[in-house]
Amino acid sequence: MIEIKKLNKKFGKLEVLSDVNLTFKKGECIALIGPNGCGKTTLIKSILGMVIPTKGDVLFNQKSILKEYLYREQIGYMPQIGRYPDYMTVGQIIEMIKKIRNSNQTLDEDLLKAFDLEKIFDKQMRTLSGGTTQKVSATLAFLFNPEVLILDEPTAGLDPLASEILKDKIIKEKEKGKLILITSHLLSELDDMITQIIFMQDGKVHFHKTIADLLESTNEQKISKAIAKILKSQSNE
Amino acid sequence: MNRIIRIIFLDILKNKIVLAYTIILGILSWSSFGLEDNSAKGLLTILNIILFTVPLVSILFATIYLYNSSEFIELLLSQPIKRKKIWLSLFLGLSLSMVLAFFIGAGIPLLVYAPDSVGIMMLVVGCLISLVFVALAFLSSILTRDKSKGIGIAIMSWLYFALLFDGIVLFLLFQFSDYPIEKAMVAVTALSPIDLARIQILLQLDASAMMGYTGAIFKDFFGTSLGLLISFLLLCLWVVVPFFISLIKFKNKDL
Repeated sequence: MIEIKKLNKKFGKLEVLSDVNLTFKKGECIALIGPNGCGKTTLIKSILGMVIPTKGDVLFNQKSILKEYLYREQIGYMPQIGRYPDYMTVGQIIEMIKKIRNSNQTLDEDLLKAFDLEKIFDKQMRTLSGGTTQKVSATLAFLFNPEVLILDEPTAGLDPLASEILKDKIIKEKEKGKLILITSHLLSELDDMITQIIFMQDGKVHFHKTIADLLESTNEQKISKAIAKILKSQSNE
Repeated sequence: MNRIIRIIFLDILKNKIVLAYTIILGILSWSSFGLEDNSAKGLLTILNIILFTVPLVSILFATIYLYNSSEFIELLLSQPIKRKKIWLSLFLGLSLSMVLAFFIGAGIPLLVYAPDSVGIMMLVVGCLISLVFVALAFLSSILTRDKSKGIGIAIMSWLYFALLFDGIVLFLLFQFSDYPIEKAMVAVTALSPIDLARIQILLQLDASAMMGYTGAIFKDFFGTSLGLLISFLLLCLWVVVPFFISLIKFKNKDL
């Protein structure tokens, strides 16, 4: 569904992504992991067209996304740090996005209800805590039943209850056959959600494996231990 | 597109600054026209408003508004909307509100007290100047990510066009007064939107007699309908070119 071809991105002289080649298919739930500053968010933003690649291309349903915008109708994006106009209320933001999308599909208001956002509809965005802002971002990402969900650190800042709600929702959407892309540092949280894992380092894709492969090759039961084992064996070399 | 323009327009109207700007323009215009039976002094007041206040308010307000809506722009970019559409909607929303403020504040008293060619000319030029400086604001806010730098660039460009440019022109006039540079001076005025506006209005006011020989050359050029047309086109170029450059930059910007 999404194909990334020889993607390069430089910010000035700093090379953030170098020669990234990846393919994502429907029904996969992919974890994108790696140390801070390894280019995860830049990769996600290039898929969204918010960052324009220096070289290379991203194909969405076999079509290049460069200079395109309609493909974004099929993507729900939850940013790492949601930035919203300060003086708009939660209700206004959701109304505005509804108007902009202007979709006649039925809306997916599961999260709206689960997070009880209706209670804070008249609160201004600047008065919200980081976690509550994340709840709004998550709700917006799932609201339009998109085919692809891109979640940048979805559970960071959420309380245990809310992050459990979100995880359940992600698993539910995955079972519907949607493509889900998650970046996270909390490996233990990913165990029961993901089918594939991508490890990035210094702007390069280190490996891209299915979970079964990963666990088998390292003889481990948990993803976090398997990753730790791989990293250790590398630093020994 | 209309949906986004409406959202932006309503957001600007909610901001009390544009309302205050309209009221201040209104007070200045109505009171200066009301002072004397003759409308000449009122016209001169409005001329100064057009040459100084309108550019300053337009460029500063638009620049600050653009920086403050960076979150909004980011939010829109993750939605299925063309980049061009976002930038164009912002421009149309901002220009519409600045032009409306000028029209209500200064335009209505102009039409009431000076409903002749001079009044209409001032109205049109004032609206165009608002557009020019909104466009320049788009350019200065796309040049740098740093808000204080961007506002600095905006203030500098206002200073340059409103004050410095005139000084430079005067300096050139005195330095090269032995040479026949009058015709070249006509071309030089095209380099500043405020000077274009000033000359267009002064010629309508018949004050060109006070400008000596250069004034006569100006009258020769700008007084004809062709000259008038060219100077209007130049003012329009001052809107289109800065905005177009900023649009190209915005299309390739990483957010």
